[in-house]
Amino acid sequence: MSNKTALAEEAAPSEIESEPERIVNDLAIQVATVNGSGSQSSNLVLLRALFRMGIPVGGKNLFPSNIAGLPTWFTIRANRDGWVARKRNVDYLVALNPQTAVRDVESLSPGSAVVYEESLRLERRRDDLVFYPAPFQELAAEVTREVRLRKLLANMIYVGLLGELLSIEVEEIFGAIDSQFRSKKAAVELNRRAVEIGIRHARENLVKRDPFTLERMDRNRGKILIDGNAAAGLGAMFGGASVATWYPITPSSSVVEQLTGFLKRYRKGPDGKATYAVVQAEDELAAVGMALAAGWAGARAMTATSGPGISLMSEFVGLGYYAEIPLVIWNIQRVGPSTGLPTRTAQGDILSTYLLSHGDTKHVCLLPASTHECFEFGWKAFDLAERLQTPVFVLSDLDLGMNIWATEPFEYPDRPMDRGKVLTREDLERLGGTFQRYADVDGDAIPYRTLPGTEHPGAAYFTRGSGHDESAEYTESEEAYVRIMTRLDRKFETAREMVPPPVVDQAEPVSPLGIIGFGSSDPAIEEARTRLRDEAAIEMDYLRPRALPFCPSVLDFITARQRVVVLDQNRDGQLLQLLRAEYGDRIPPGVLRSLRHYSGHPMDAQTIVDYVTEMEIGAA
Amino acid sequence: MPAPDASSRTRKVNRLGLTPSDYKGKPSTLCKGCGHDAISSQLIRAFFESDVRPHQVAKLSGIGCSSKTPAYFLNHSHGFNAVHGRMPSVATGAVLANRRLVAVGVSGDGDTASIGIGQFVHLVRRNLPLIYIVENNGVYGLTKGQFSATADENAALRSGEVNRLPNIDLCGMAIELGATYVARSFAGDPKQLVALLRGALAHNGTAVIDILSPCVTFNNHAGSTKSYTWGKDNEEPIHILDFVPAMDQIEVEYEEGTDQEVQLHDGSWVRLRKLERGYDPTDRRAAQELVLEANEKNLFLTGLLYLDTSKRTFLDSLELCDEPLALLSEDQLRPPPEVLDEVVASYR
Repeated sequence: MSNKTALAEEAAPSEIESEPERIVNDLAIQVATVNGSGSQSSNLVLLRALFRMGIPVGGKNLFPSNIAGLPTWFTIRANRDGWVARKRNVDYLVALNPQTAVRDVESLSPGSAVVYEESLRLERRRDDLVFYPAPFQELAAEVTREVRLRKLLANMIYVGLLGELLSIEVEEIFGAIDSQFRSKKAAVELNRRAVEIGIRHARENLVKRDPFTLERMDRNRGKILIDGNAAAGLGAMFGGASVATWYPITPSSSVVEQLTGFLKRYRKGPDGKATYAVVQAEDELAAVGMALAAGWAGARAMTATSGPGISLMSEFVGLGYYAEIPLVIWNIQRVGPSTGLPTRTAQGDILSTYLLSHGDTKHVCLLPASTHECFEFGWKAFDLAERLQTPVFVLSDLDLGMNIWATEPFEYPDRPMDRGKVLTREDLERLGGTFQRYADVDGDAIPYRTLPGTEHPGAAYFTRGSGHDESAEYTESEEAYVRIMTRLDRKFETAREMVPPPVVDQAEPVSPLGIIGFGSSDPAIEEARTRLRDEAAIEMDYLRPRALPFCPSVLDFITARQRVVVLDQNRDGQLLQLLRAEYGDRIPPGVLRSLRHYSGHPMDAQTIVDYVTEMEIGAA
Repeated sequence: MPAPDASSRTRKVNRLGLTPSDYKGKPSTLCKGCGHDAISSQLIRAFFESDVRPHQVAKLSGIGCSSKTPAYFLNHSHGFNAVHGRMPSVATGAVLANRRLVAVGVSGDGDTASIGIGQFVHLVRRNLPLIYIVENNGVYGLTKGQFSATADENAALRSGEVNRLPNIDLCGMAIELGATYVARSFAGDPKQLVALLRGALAHNGTAVIDILSPCVTFNNHAGSTKSYTWGKDNEEPIHILDFVPAMDQIEVEYEEGTDQEVQLHDGSWVRLRKLERGYDPTDRRAAQELVLEANEKNLFLTGLLYLDTSKRTFLDSLELCDEPLALLSEDQLRPPPEVLDEVVASYR
């Protein structure tokens, strides 16, 4: 057992000896553990307890590509103003991993607090931090005699320690335990006991010497805590997904896994049989081939993957584009190239996905920035794919997909499903049996299709990836090729009118400074804008594209400003390249400024604030 | 005991009132005399004779000479000529979306035994209801005559180049992987081929039919083991096979001990008049041994190598509803708002 007085003296440098200011509801807690040690439940309990206290909160898991043994860090950011993007500085470190403890402690800013396994003796490392040692294994031994359980429950000890040190309401910790372990009564009891022992230890042995504290707020009324992949899966179910084929790959696996959970529960017919098919394919080629053909045959078909899988799907996606087949593909982006950093986040596939496959191809891509949009695009993507008869991508990323976000509850689809231009037997009878698969009848460049199994002698047509004319007949005629390709280009213009428009937030009158960013960059951009306004009186307007191809308002936003920062979570400025390719000379030189973040960490506001501040000093 | 379906072979119209020309396709663009065209003709005949509704058929293929052929039969059926080696995944998606489709996949030896062997393996393992035809000529035709992985060891190309690698026996693989209907045939043996195709149409599960289909341009010379001449000289049927539709069953006499009959899922029968081998195709081990023997002795044994009518299909494993997924209504596909409320509440 540690000697409370002695240690407090040892670790109390003069600058924090003086009465510290209280910092309420604004901190980042980082829990450093070993992968596979079972800390995830504790971290979720901690996160949920804060959420239940009404404090805006978000959780990010920084984990290795490993099952057990390598270091992992879970960060919880609580912020009274609602900023939950990654914060570069950690305020509260829970150091349980001997492999990383020293480096973790060395990286902290002065004044931060460290809760740690006392045998690590971290208090010797710095004299400008607040140290809270605890004998985790010893305390866990008080909870249970079972050695295996003891290891797991040591994690719940820190929940108790933090609960006491940060004034987290015990009832909310217990409530979070209940919801984490649900019906497992014994687990609930053991975990509660571990928390109580943590609290008791802190009360009896630790003196609060840091400024951080948590207080109840009312910012989470009605909200839920969810990861983007669950939201995607849920959205897909409400989009009527009927065939989902996939191959496991981090960080996308949980899209179809969670979709499957929802489908099993809510998509059985009265006879108990499935109104869906989920197939774990042998690889991504098969996954996309199955989904594409299911879309061809009239199912609402989808697959989910990540970078390496996208590369493998390339050939089939080109077929889908050229043969005009609806299909939804989720790309939960991770760090490439190649295997890259498979458990880290990036926006590195936007360029390759947009133009995926050989020849002239381009694809509708939806760019969700929140779990709310993951749900919304989850169902809308099917409408777009079937309306446009083309593969539609949804580009999420690991940060959005696998991390946990608070969100308003999702809204039920506000319109019936759009099944697109499908001719039935009755339609064919009315038309006198004439039907040209690839003819532009309506002038919107979207043709009509029939489904296999349609009982009409004129329904059949032959789908092929080779050159074809309006009747879907094979041809190598250059005129037919040019006609079809030109129509596909016009169809893309139709798509431009149908995809979700960008979200624009601008000052009145508009600021000469703007930022364009998408997807999971959004929370960091919004936080940076507020900080720039409050701390440096810099107004920065914001346009967030929600889809490719770009809507015309994107160019208007750029040309109305003198400097527009284009934020990419990739090395090569892929969004910037897309803007340049799309608008070329219509953007005056020098307007677009490229901010590129590609460390594999989620986007943070400080990086944007620093970049913009320096840029504005230069401009002034 | 059932008798062969002799009557339908001479009919001008089938029970649907359709004529053979209702099952035809576009004119073939393959070389004159191509084995694949002979197979297309037998497909037309089999679908006609089995009274298959053309609109219920989906024709799937990969890339290659063989994969072009779905355009040359069943004009009134939807066709999907996909990407090289990926017919199995395309067939799987189509059947999942609409389980009422009669799916016929046409592939070649390059398409199946090389680039698409992974998909072949997994399709067979799943026992998806599909007729999987391999038009096997041992060479890549469209790229002008390279060896494929089914070319026999020591077989020679017209140029004199000799294949030094062992062949992949797709029937042997299919039996090993759990296919439920495995046959080998010859484009030059239309009678047997039609019976096998009709049996496959009646079968519920993956039916793999590996058909020697000579390439008249690149692999029909002396020294080839995939030529018409070689096929004609070497074909050894393991039985005389007749297909007996459910509705045609009448009592006939047959010599005790020489016949074997197996009932298929739709009530029809395959009747096997045993030849000297006395072979039982429902015996999996015997089937594997037969394939091994054929490979060791370079025998061209044709007929129904293996049949298992008891194994569940992929659709059974998935517990799919009876109605095609593609035809489900919005009510069946989109759960009501209360479900969203319930799910959302579980995330509070």
